[in-house]
Amino acid sequence: MRDVAVVSFAQAPSVRREPDRNEVEILMPVVREARERSGLRKDEIDFICSGSTDYLAGQSFAFVAGLDAVGAWPPIAESHVEMDGAWALYEAWVKIQTGSANAALVYGFGKPSMGDLPEVLALQLDPYLLTPLWPDAVSLAALQARLCLEGGVVSERAMAEIAVRDRGNAKANAFAQVKGDFEAAKLLAEPYLVDPLRKHDCAPISDGAAAMVIAAGDVARRVCRRPAWITGFAHVAEPQDLGVRDLTRSRSTELAAEKAGALKGRVEVAEIAAPFTHQTLLVERALGLGRDVAVNPSGGALAANPVMAAGLIRIGEAARRIHDGAARAVAHATSGPCLQQNLVCVLEG
Amino acid sequence: MAELCAVVGIGQTKHTAARKDVSMPGLVREAAERALADAELTWKDIDAVVLGKAPDMFEGVMMPELFLHDALGGAYKPVLRVHTAGSVGGSTGIVAASLVQAGIHDRVLTVAFEKQSESNAMWALTISMPFAMAVVAGAGGYFAPLIRGYIRRAGAPEDTGIRVALKDRKNALKNPYAHVQLPDVTFEQIASSPMLWDPVRYLETCPSSDGACAMVLASERAAAKTPRRPAWVLATEMRSEPTYFAGRDQVIPRASLDNAKSLYAKAGIKDPRREIDVAEIYVPFSWFEPMWLEGMLFAPPNEGWKMVYEGATEIGGDLPVNPSGGVLSSNPIGASGLLRFAEAALQVRGQAGEHQVDGARKALGHAYGGGSQYFSTWIVSSEKP
Amino acid sequence: MTTARAAQGSLTAPHKLDYTYKRSTGPVLGRFFGGLRDGRILGVRRADGRVLVPPKEYDPDTGEALSELVEVAPTGTVVSWAWVARPREKQPLGRPFAYALVRLDGAETPMLHAVDAGEPSRMRTGLRVRARFAAERGAGVRDLEAFEPADGAPVEPGWPRPLAEADLPEPVELLRIPVKLDYLYSAGQAATRFLRAMAEGRLLGQRCPVDGKVYFPTRGACPEHGVPTEGEPVDVKDRGTIVSFSIVRVPSENLAVELPFAAINVLLDGADTTFTHVLSEAKLEDVHMGMRVQAVWLPREAWTASMRNIKYFKPSGEPDAPFESYEAHL
Repeated sequence: MRDVAVVSFAQAPSVRREPDRNEVEILMPVVREARERSGLRKDEIDFICSGSTDYLAGQSFAFVAGLDAVGAWPPIAESHVEMDGAWALYEAWVKIQTGSANAALVYGFGKPSMGDLPEVLALQLDPYLLTPLWPDAVSLAALQARLCLEGGVVSERAMAEIAVRDRGNAKANAFAQVKGDFEAAKLLAEPYLVDPLRKHDCAPISDGAAAMVIAAGDVARRVCRRPAWITGFAHVAEPQDLGVRDLTRSRSTELAAEKAGALKGRVEVAEIAAPFTHQTLLVERALGLGRDVAVNPSGGALAANPVMAAGLIRIGEAARRIHDGAARAVAHATSGPCLQQNLVCVLEG
Repeated sequence: MAELCAVVGIGQTKHTAARKDVSMPGLVREAAERALADAELTWKDIDAVVLGKAPDMFEGVMMPELFLHDALGGAYKPVLRVHTAGSVGGSTGIVAASLVQAGIHDRVLTVAFEKQSESNAMWALTISMPFAMAVVAGAGGYFAPLIRGYIRRAGAPEDTGIRVALKDRKNALKNPYAHVQLPDVTFEQIASSPMLWDPVRYLETCPSSDGACAMVLASERAAAKTPRRPAWVLATEMRSEPTYFAGRDQVIPRASLDNAKSLYAKAGIKDPRREIDVAEIYVPFSWFEPMWLEGMLFAPPNEGWKMVYEGATEIGGDLPVNPSGGVLSSNPIGASGLLRFAEAALQVRGQAGEHQVDGARKALGHAYGGGSQYFSTWIVSSEKP
Repeated sequence: MTTARAAQGSLTAPHKLDYTYKRSTGPVLGRFFGGLRDGRILGVRRADGRVLVPPKEYDPDTGEALSELVEVAPTGTVVSWAWVARPREKQPLGRPFAYALVRLDGAETPMLHAVDAGEPSRMRTGLRVRARFAAERGAGVRDLEAFEPADGAPVEPGWPRPLAEADLPEPVELLRIPVKLDYLYSAGQAATRFLRAMAEGRLLGQRCPVDGKVYFPTRGACPEHGVPTEGEPVDVKDRGTIVSFSIVRVPSENLAVELPFAAINVLLDGADTTFTHVLSEAKLEDVHMGMRVQAVWLPREAWTASMRNIKYFKPSGEPDAPFESYEAHL
């Protein structure tokens, strides 16, 4: 395996609704910043990969416009996944492993504010058996939350404390959207949004974008003082049917963490992309995190959740901590209802 | 640095206007089961699944790998879904190959499909958006002016497209999976078929098809155990350029030329026309054959049409193109690119049956998409590199 | 037609996706939906004997094919639930309800559906429920309208029931499933500037700061260089040259134009990029590359922030543009 590191990362501030700019306009400065910070020339980046999904805009081929933001001239080796940018990063990392590229630009973006996101996500479901019932993403997460609560796996209090922790951490993050000092007791006094979930248990809806440059071995060492080396990278998908999965644990995160070697060393920082508090607890458990790990210093997805970029941002935030001196970090991304598919990326300094 | 990668199993469905007898899982399983059977493998032998398809609006399912992957034995495995517009089938094959070439997996199942009869392809391709800046009359309306530009530029005879269509439609008769099969097709029939977007006639145009294609890609170690001759992946390449910019050549885009140059260099090919035995090229409107012959450096600029006139691209010519009947005969949009890649592999494995090109040892698979801006290609060989 | 509202910032307009998909069901789901139509619920037996409801043609954990259909009871037990206090329009029932995972008697796996409990205090894990079928059926999973509380309903023996060929319901082979989504589409800054200028009858081009080329229409970025085209806009003339064209004889979903018509690629005077539009007031056989054309606008009173202010182009009567002047755009 080649040594590959994150050498730069940039993101747009996540906002509830970007009033002026379209996706390309949000993305362009983010891509430029990631490129500039990488220290690499445009022609030294020999692969580009992005993540986005048409249904956020309700437009076929929505991702094609994103290419305008990168200046794909002369022609470039470029690809796209209809998934969060974290999986675009995976494709780019694999490309570098094959030796076909030495450095890659990866980006993810989305403006979910244009639609009703929890309803739009119902289209990810089985089209025969589930979508016609239009179960929104919050309702599905609530079904899982109840199983976890009644199974004694989480408590409402522990969930509220996740919200307090993450949004408190987010105060230090200029890019995060929901931030501040909250009190668990006060949060628990609020009415249910979809029983047993309350508003604070749910990630916000966010428009945003993120971009990252990764590079192999000597290229990374040349341009980056302290590269964030990707020492483990794996992802696993569970069957979608909620009835055939154990919803009180994240088996796919456990498997991905094992394949990525997450526990092969002491984890200092973890960034988790779960968009619900109970899911954050499940993922923490699945990653085998000890009490001394700084979880979601950025605020995580509960502070800002620009879908299609949220997972990539977790990896970027973890990489930043390595750039700033941390020794080892784990980042997580997720896709599909109730933590159906999960990705784990291990970074080391 | 890269590990070797081989195609050890290939499967596809009989492409047709509407597969009303199957669900989406049923459609993809049909192709996948055939690929597994060809490789004499089972679902549990697969390490990862890579799915590709065109815009989600075609079937109205967002990110369908989420509900489909377990139908492909993907439970508790890594799953990816590639989407690069029309070239997606090709890109999907390339991403799947790279997982093997990176040494990450031994056996990867790659599947591309479209069940576009569930909606309407024209509608899904050109969903009307507010603030539209352009007045575009569908895919044909976009490509026809480019074709006219090629005819003018190359001085190509007006019936070149008809000759290509005749060849592809006759070839389709030798491919049991092809959608459009016209047993009595003639030059006159094509020439007198209705003009859709001048100069493109009805019979010079691809159909709208439901269909799926699957391949099992394997490492050298896994390929050693496979019962039939593998097709070795010699090289893959992807190139993209912006949809439009001042001075862009949309007819023979530079992304195509750069892709070809790089692909052949990687494969150690110096004279593509001589060294490649057969090419499966993405030709949705007949004129794209001469255009892509130039775009893939088989013919010098403005001379692609001459290869058609010479009969060079017939089965039996010196560079048969689309012996399967190509996209003109079957077009499940998300799968069409992977079908080109698969048909190239069928050729070098000697599995192409009636449309086999004798002695095919090196074959090109090609896919393109968007505003002629995305190009994905691979070269497969019967010899291990 | 879209109506654009110039709110603070970008122009926005509603955008609706609305399509009724024709979904063929295949051999297993077809029977399941046939069962629902008949007021029966089917499952499928997995290799280890466990019953999966709703049935699938394959085992989700292994991918192996499944085909042994069985029938399960219309009564079952709530395994988990979530209270939807503010239902969305497309969701079942039109009044507050619970989504629930319900394990029907005879099944090992629960299925997801709605429970019409009336109020959340009626819901609990372990609640016994019974299926209520819709009056009109044949539509798919919503033939099962919802489950209702059935406190104390016993678990009857005999489930799951094996099904011989003759017991299988007639399949429902095709479902019509509407997918409707509403969006508020945002044009973005560059497009907003461009369209506001259109509303005043101005054709706005933007220069690429790197090479000075004028882009029309503009989306705010020079795609070649990946930089914003933000500087002083350039007025582009409303006459130009046909670079290429096609006579379109087949209808297009999103165009309300009489057939046949000439679709043209136009290079406007002052611009360095072409765009597509429609030619009218000309004989189709006269259309050719190099033809000079002039925009025909809607009456000024009808102008909105839209490209459609230009109805079409017509021949301007000028002599043809020389080939060299547009050759690079071919």
